[in-house]
Amino acid sequence: MRLSGSGVRCVRGGREVFSGLDFSASAGEALAVTGRNGSGKTSLLRLIAGLLTPEGGSIGLEGGTGELTLPEQAHLLGHRDALKPALSVLENLAFWREFLGGEAFDLAECLAAVGLDHAAQLPAAFLSAGQRRRLSIARLLAARRPIWLLDEPTNALDTSGQAMFAALMGDHLARGGLIIAATHAPLGIAARELRIGDAA
Amino acid sequence: MTALAALIRRDIRIALRVGGGALIGVLFFLTVVVLMPFAVGPDLALLTRLGPAILWLGALLASLLTLDRLFMADHEDGSLDLIVMSRTPLELTCAAKALAHWLAAGVPLILATPVLGLLLNLDATATAAVALTLLAGTPALTFTGMIGAALAVTLHRGGLLLAVLVLPLSIPVLIFGVAASQAAISGPLAFGTPFSILCALSLVSLVIGPFAAAASLRHGLD
Repeated sequence: MRLSGSGVRCVRGGREVFSGLDFSASAGEALAVTGRNGSGKTSLLRLIAGLLTPEGGSIGLEGGTGELTLPEQAHLLGHRDALKPALSVLENLAFWREFLGGEAFDLAECLAAVGLDHAAQLPAAFLSAGQRRRLSIARLLAARRPIWLLDEPTNALDTSGQAMFAALMGDHLARGGLIIAATHAPLGIAARELRIGDAA
Repeated sequence: MTALAALIRRDIRIALRVGGGALIGVLFFLTVVVLMPFAVGPDLALLTRLGPAILWLGALLASLLTLDRLFMADHEDGSLDLIVMSRTPLELTCAAKALAHWLAAGVPLILATPVLGLLLNLDATATAAVALTLLAGTPALTFTGMIGAALAVTLHRGGLLLAVLVLPLSIPVLIFGVAASQAAISGPLAFGTPFSILCALSLVSLVIGPFAAAASLRHGLD
């Protein structure tokens, strides 16, 4: 499996964010996208996720699963955590597992892996920022997707949370997964750096 | 199918919890209709004549009130991104969301109608007729309203725009809904004629709504 982009050009609100961007990542590899604020890290992830369309160039996936498109094989962990405050931690996670489909993983195990097993029945409204982030990460475990698109994944996580997430990313890569993460902080795993914004 | 069922269950559950849309809509409906006899005065014949129109207007406004949250809430918390990326076709997802909205916000309006009919001096037949036309017509309000909700999703405070976009589309539903109710109460038209058109409007919106909403969501996401 190989995810690559060539000559990708991104325009937001009439302003060119970046152009001529080439990148590639293969199974088992992590790509850390870095750059100053506003350099288009989030936009790049949304382009890969199919939520934005590139003004030029192309993004493609070789050797993915069957007839599924690239977004259908990807998880997006964004700034907004897709949690419903009215639902409990378990209900939130159960919904995403059922909606995203695929293999049925044990939700209690997923929650335990991110250290939220004690809060399963708590409404998501009462979670702290770090706990919300942990619950979003549990979604990546509850439904398997080979490609993880992570936007500042370690934001709001404490040190133990960062170590926990680094281990989970390591497992994902070991299973032949692929990670593209926009980040300022070190991810805690071996990652190739893709710097955007400066060269253009 | 499990994905759609999960989505419907989740939306209904959220709507029924504290602060959800179901209660807001039905309370607004109650308020509008309860105030009407005080405004019109104690003329019973007049109330009977206006009754179906008042109930229909109340239901229309109540459904508009909660429709703007249909996609907005999911857009604000990022769920919509994940829904668009998922393996479920967006058209089916839109239809499922509209169905959940109708079950949680539309059905309570219909259930409240018999109680409100009493306040408007409507007899049992008339109340049943209005409830039946609401049952046939409110899906059309939800499914056409969904198009406006999808168009307004990326705008902050899109609620007003939603009303402006959706009201013209709901006028035919209102006309035939009230006409069918009046026909059942006083004639001279047969109940079946406007009621068939009302059902047709609902069926058309059931087909067009999901496709139009999905298309505008795909273009509107940014």
